[in-house]
Amino acid sequence: MVELKLPASEESIRQLRVGDFVELTGRMITGRDTAHTWLVKEFRDEVAPYLEGTVIYHCGPVVSQTPEGGWEFVAAGPTTSIREEPYQADVICRYGLRGVIGKGGMGPKTLEGLHRCGAVYLHAIGGAAQVLASAIPEVEKVFMLDEFGVPEALWVIHVDKFPVVVTMDSHGRSLHDEVEATSDDRLKELLGLSG
Amino acid sequence: MSATGDHVETFVELIRRASTQLPPDVERALRDGQARESEGSLADRALGTILDNVQLAKDRSAPICQDTGTPVVWIHHPLGVSTRQLGDQFIEAVRQATDRRYLRPNAVDTQTGKNTGDGTGRGIPFLHFEEWDSDHIEVRMILKGGGSENVGTQYKLPDGALKAGRDLEGVRRAVLDAAFQAQGKGCAPGVLGVCIGGDRVSAFAASKEQILRPLDDVNPDPELAALEARILKEANSLGIGPMGFGGQTTLLGVKIGVLDRLPACYFVTVTYMCWADRKAGVSIDGGGEATWLS
Repeated sequence: MVELKLPASEESIRQLRVGDFVELTGRMITGRDTAHTWLVKEFRDEVAPYLEGTVIYHCGPVVSQTPEGGWEFVAAGPTTSIREEPYQADVICRYGLRGVIGKGGMGPKTLEGLHRCGAVYLHAIGGAAQVLASAIPEVEKVFMLDEFGVPEALWVIHVDKFPVVVTMDSHGRSLHDEVEATSDDRLKELLGLSG
Repeated sequence: MSATGDHVETFVELIRRASTQLPPDVERALRDGQARESEGSLADRALGTILDNVQLAKDRSAPICQDTGTPVVWIHHPLGVSTRQLGDQFIEAVRQATDRRYLRPNAVDTQTGKNTGDGTGRGIPFLHFEEWDSDHIEVRMILKGGGSENVGTQYKLPDGALKAGRDLEGVRRAVLDAAFQAQGKGCAPGVLGVCIGGDRVSAFAASKEQILRPLDDVNPDPELAALEARILKEANSLGIGPMGFGGQTTLLGVKIGVLDRLPACYFVTVTYMCWADRKAGVSIDGGGEATWLS
């Protein structure tokens, strides 16, 4: 188990390898479909400091307002990451992100971006909305809530021992590619199709 | 309407149960899966987290998954019940369940991109009505998440690349390909609801209805029962595993139903339900008394 503090240095990120269990502590931000198109359309100065050195979490949470007027994450698991494939490498490199949290893995463009700019893809357990919400003790602020709605807004959150697995590292390795290749071999065997 | 009364409260409770309590057959299948995985592997740990999450959601009466999905609902009703009023009551229940955070506001205006804010929208929830002879109203529902919905698919047989002809061997080939194509992206280990035949509309609805079946039931058609068991075993040998991390547990179940077809068409339609296989049911008697169905 690797404990990683956010924001993180490029050096600490480059030490991570596929298969590592990591617990994240510190500040991160959520962002999914609308947020990614919005972040690449033009450079967003107001959000940039909340992206630099930390990770973006592909998550559309269920959120409750507290009696004091703050926010609380009620359920907060990852959403499917591959939809951000066209934008992710740009967002990583332009804003200085050190990682992405999501589920299902991403494609070659992102893998290349991770390598080039020093970042990792961290897989959270899909559907584990309660376990993961438990690791999010604080919601600091939110961007674009009215415009994008609750699931699509960019929530700045503080996490404590947030559990993830490295499935794509900054050295060009992807667990998703490896599992796909071995399962493809097995499928061809089951169906009697040649490779 | 006297035959039905006001069932909004009952429907809110039904939605709460669906969103926060994983049915026992699904939890058992997850435990059986974990027992098959080697200790300390990524697959073992993923299933451990999933089972912890199931317990937490139940204890907190909070959503198992933040993607609370589309409520897909099958309502059987006696003669003389207004399906319009029953439908309106269910829609109101979705609003209230969203307000109480059992559901995420999960409906987006497709043209403007704006969230409707209350969980309802055009086509959401998706309601099916069918009259029957009983004097009870029976409501069965699933919460169908979006990530798994994106990996659902439809094959048109014959399929040359898969060497899949218009027979059950062709169906086997198509469904195994669907399990492969999905990898871990639909939140494996999932459940496949399959419809053989039908048209492009009826087949998807029928494939979703298969998701209502208990995971440990046996298809009354022996040929289909054998096919379900074979595909489940073979899919679990693909090595995709929970979340696509690798492992023995790629699927929890395969359920196959049949519709008749046009001479020209032979569809194999696959709905992928994530491990958070959220399904719930209630039977409401003439006096409005609710009995929860498992």
